[in-house]
This record gives sequence, structure tokens and C-alpha cells, in this order.
Amino acid sequence: MFAYVVRRIFVGVIMLFVMSLVTYLLFFAAPSDPARYTCGKNCSPELIEQNRKALGYDKPVLVQYGEFVKGVFVGREFPDDPELKKSAPETIASCPAPCLGYSPLQSATVTSLIAEAAPISISLAFMAFLMWMVFGISGGIIAALYKGRFADRALVGSALVVYSFPTFFIGLSLYIFVAIKWQLTPIPVYTPISEGGVGAWLSGLFLPSLTLALIYIAGYIRLTRAFVLESMGEDYIRTARAKGLPQRQIMGKHTMRAALTPIATVAGLDLGALLAGAIITETVFNYNGLGKLAVQAATTYDLPTTVGIVLVAAAFIITANIIVDVLYAVIDPRVKYS
Amino acid sequence: MSETQRDMEFGSGVAVETLGSTDEKAIAGRTPWQLARARLRRDKITMVVTGIVIASIVIAILAPVLTALGVLDPETFHPELIDPNTGGLPIDGGGGISWQHPLGVEPGTGRDVLSRIVLGVTFSMTVALSATIITVVLGTVAGLVAGFLGGRTDFAISRVIDMVLSFPQTLMLLALSGMFIDIITNAGVPAGNPSNGVYIVLVLGLFGWPTIARIIRGQVLSLREREFVEAAKSLGASNGRIFFKELLPNLWAPLLVYGTLLMPAYISAEAALSYLGVGIKPPTPTLGNLLTYSVNYAASDVTFFLFPAITIATLVLCFNLMGDGLRDALDPKADR
Repeated sequence: MFAYVVRRIFVGVIMLFVMSLVTYLLFFAAPSDPARYTCGKNCSPELIEQNRKALGYDKPVLVQYGEFVKGVFVGREFPDDPELKKSAPETIASCPAPCLGYSPLQSATVTSLIAEAAPISISLAFMAFLMWMVFGISGGIIAALYKGRFADRALVGSALVVYSFPTFFIGLSLYIFVAIKWQLTPIPVYTPISEGGVGAWLSGLFLPSLTLALIYIAGYIRLTRAFVLESMGEDYIRTARAKGLPQRQIMGKHTMRAALTPIATVAGLDLGALLAGAIITETVFNYNGLGKLAVQAATTYDLPTTVGIVLVAAAFIITANIIVDVLYAVIDPRVKYS
Repeated sequence: MSETQRDMEFGSGVAVETLGSTDEKAIAGRTPWQLARARLRRDKITMVVTGIVIASIVIAILAPVLTALGVLDPETFHPELIDPNTGGLPIDGGGGISWQHPLGVEPGTGRDVLSRIVLGVTFSMTVALSATIITVVLGTVAGLVAGFLGGRTDFAISRVIDMVLSFPQTLMLLALSGMFIDIITNAGVPAGNPSNGVYIVLVLGLFGWPTIARIIRGQVLSLREREFVEAAKSLGASNGRIFFKELLPNLWAPLLVYGTLLMPAYISAEAALSYLGVGIKPPTPTLGNLLTYSVNYAASDVTFFLFPAITIATLVLCFNLMGDGLRDALDPKADR
């Protein structure tokens, strides 16, 4: 087991390296000039050249990638020029490890931009996760228990309908009608716990996480229903029934254990992917999380920030994969890794 | 008699026929496709949604013809039908619905909503179908090669699959758009919407294939151990022949099911990307850019807000239900 975990982490780290190389090449080796995008509308040829030097874009792309990787582990400085540091230290932007680059458009290190946005995305992801796990799984179990009856049809039918609408339509409808027109909820604004306490934090998160959760609830109702029905058809359930176990014990212990194990896997992966930002939902509700930061970076050609967020997202996904696989062995006694 | 013909006969249940000689009619051999069709016919919901899907495909094909004939008129402005004092809302309430404009007119421009939605279906379906084809072809080739050749090839392809799946998809589609649309334009595709459309199709395909490849690889791993593949190999069949004549015919069922399920995913993806500012832009209508435009009028012109969304939802729902129905019908484990 231990050897398996070590091997998975090792493979994960290698994969992250390869992905960082691919991402870096995708964005910085493209035929367009990355330095041209460093100063927005105020670009003068001199400024472009200055930025090119300061950010290291004048070097071959593989050298640039090497510096990027070095920066992640030991930090770096823009421009990396010891003489300038002595004469004019205020012109140098220092980027301590883990340095994911420097965004000239935002005049900030990518790491600090991500650190600022991450709590918002993580709050949103966890709130949505709680909602969809509670309602999705209980909905799925109810649908399975009443298979073919009204409750089942209503749940599965509405799940299918919700699942068919685009996320931004659901989000904007909630925003425009529930929050603004009917004023059923306060207009959602993210308030950190440190500023407004838990209450304000929760009420600010309600509509955006509901938007995110609705889509997932729809998916999880169908998923849970399918898994529960499948395990209800297993032979050992019939055996349990034949030996006279009460229905509650059969459902609660024997069926659920087998049915919920695969759901834990899917849920872990979904949460991992969501931690790096819900692009659409954050854009709809104007939440300055990682998703919004990514949209902003992508539309302003802020390449360093884009690369940074892509890598953080990939790291979340890879980590979630590893955790889920290891967890699987813990909750499912049939799985043995060697 | 060729090998494929023989395979088909094995599949058609010749053995069953010889066993059941007492009552030929009752135990007539049926191919898996016949069984599937019979099961489909019994599934009313699937039949209905398949009808809707076929109807929308027909409409999508006819829409450009009708536009050329002047029956549909998606691009003419009707300033006389909108009120400049309300920010361009249709003059008669209810979204400007009339006999000439059954679904009303677009706020701000007065263009006919029905025409735009119908033509939007054409463009959205074209994007979704092209992306689906690319996804399925790439995924099938990768899955076949990985599963059949095994060893290092399998390892390499599987790692690439893991990697592509680890990229945050929406973000990549968004972030790559600026650069890649330039590249596509430089490659000779006309600038503007043609390049935008090609970009969407390409990236959806390029990020979508791994899921199909995984499924196909799994299927091929079990198929390649079967006797008919061994027989073909021992007769000296080339890899190409085994791929296309032996393995591929056995993969049609999952490909059909997942292809059907990709369509709604890509229709939704086109809409989401439109909202983020990537993709085909007005005046060319797609369901995505219509919906993106309509959400500006969510509170003031409810019918205009709802029609594009309902169209997307209906299409997505029907394709999804059709995919589910096909899966149930083609599943050999299902009751016969």
C-alpha cells in the first residue's frame, strides 16, 4: 500500500512536470510574440523590448522554461540582473518560491494573484460540494427506492431537465430573478469570514454555490440511482433478505456501502476539478475567484497568469486522482493495491 | 465467403436456430441489430425523442435553403418594430410576437427570432457534429491502437490520455483561443467567424478524444483475446485489416452511443464558450450567441430570454435521452 502511494505520487509529479512543459510551450512557443502582450494598449517598442528582457522572453523558450521551473523551487527576480539590483533595487520585482511567474499587466506575481483568488474558489467549491452531495445522493436513493413510481419519475425527470440548461443560463436566471427582481436573497457578494463573519460568508455564497450545485445534483441523482439499483440486484442482497435481515439493515448497510463507494470516486474527482475555479459561475456572479482570474487572464493575453492557473488546476486534478485512488482502497475492502 | 460475413452469421444466432427446430417461427435467429431495433421500438420515450432529434436535423439542413428562398429572414433589421425609447424593446408587448414573427423580434435590432433560432440550430449542430466526428475518429484510432498493440504504445497513449484529461478544459479552450484563431486564420481559413468556428470544432475535438479512446481501449483489450481475432491473425491478416474488418464492426455500438451523447455536450459547450466570448459571433446566429445576447433582456423581454434557452435545453435533453435509450437497446446484458 505504502509503495503504491509513493509510486502514484512519483508518477503524479512527473506528469505535472510534463504538463508544465507542454503548457509552457503551447503558450510561449506559439508564433505570436509573448512580449507584445505585456503592456496592453500602452505598448511602445521600447517598453516591449524592456519587458522582453525583464521577463526573459529574449532567451530560447526551453531556457525560459528552465528558469520558470527554477523559480517554482527557489524563487526568482524580474529582471534577473545583479548589477541593477545594486543600483536600483526598487525596479526589481522579486518573486519568492513558489514563483509561478510575474504578470506585467497586473504588476503582481502570479503566485500572489492566485493566493488572493483561491479562497473564493475553494469556498464556492466546498459549499457547492456539500449541497450536491446531500441533495444529489439523497435524491438518488429516494429515486432508487421508489423505482418506477411517481417520486422516481419526478426526481429523474427534473434532474434531466435541469441538466439540459446551460450553467450560465441557470446562474443568470437565479441572479436576475431571485436576487434582483424578487429580492428573495441578498445580492450575492463574496465576503471573507474575517470581514463579515460566517453568516455573511454563507449568505454571499448561497446563490453561486446553488447554481453550481444544481447541475451536479442533477448528475448525482442519476448516478446514485443507477449505482443503488445495481447493488440492489446483487446476489448478496438476496441472501441478506433470505436470511431475514430487516429491510432497513439491508438498505442501510449492505446496499449503500456498495453503491456509495463508486460515488466517492466521482465526487472526489469533481471536487478536485472545481477547486481551481468555476469559470462560468464566477463570471456570472462576478466573483473574483480563480475562474474569473483565468477568464480575465485569457482575454487580456496575460500569458504568465494563464499558465500559472492552468498548472494549479492540473495539480488539483492530479492530486484529486491520487487521493481518490488511495481512498478507494480504504473504503472498498475488495480493492488491494500492491 | 469472407471472414466478416462468417462473423456476422455467428452473431446472428445460427446456433439458436438449429437448436430450436420444433418451432421455427418463435425462435428465429435475430442479429444484435434486429434485437436492438425491437427493443428500441418498445421504448416509447426513446422513439419520441429520436423523432424530435431527426426533425431538428431535417430543420437544420433545410434552414439555409429556406433562408436562401426568403422564407426565413434572420438578418434583416426591423427598426419599425422596436421602440428606441425603451432601449429597443419590441413595440407591442409580449416580445413582438405576431403572425409575421411567430416567436417575436429581437430587442435592439428587430430581427426575426424564429429565423435566427432555426438557423442557430443549423450552425450549432454543424459545430457539434463536426466536433463529435473529430472526437470519435481520434478517440477510436487512439483506443484501437493502444488496446491492440499494447506494450509501450499502450503505455504512451494512456499517459497522453491521462495528461489531456488533467488539463482544465474550459480554461484551455478559452485561453488558447486568441493565439490559435490567429494561427487558423494564417493557415488560410477566412478571418472572423469561419476561423472562430474552426477553432471551436478543433479544440473540442482535441480535448474530447481521450474519453472515447479510454472506452474503445477497454473494449479492444477484451476483443483482441477473442477467437475471431486470433483466427484472422493466424490467417495472416494485416493489422489494418484486423482494425477495420474485425475490431471496428464490434465497436459500432459503443461509438454510436457515445457519439450521440457527445452531441448535447458539444451543443452546451458551444453555448458556454459563446458566453465567455469565444466562438461564432453575431450576425451569424448560433444557439450559444443567441442565448448570450438574450440574457441581457432577461428581466425586460422574457419571451426572448426563454426561447433560445428552451431550444438548447430541448435539443440537449432529446439527444441525451436518445443516447440513453440507444445504450439500453444495444446493451447485450439487457433483457432480450
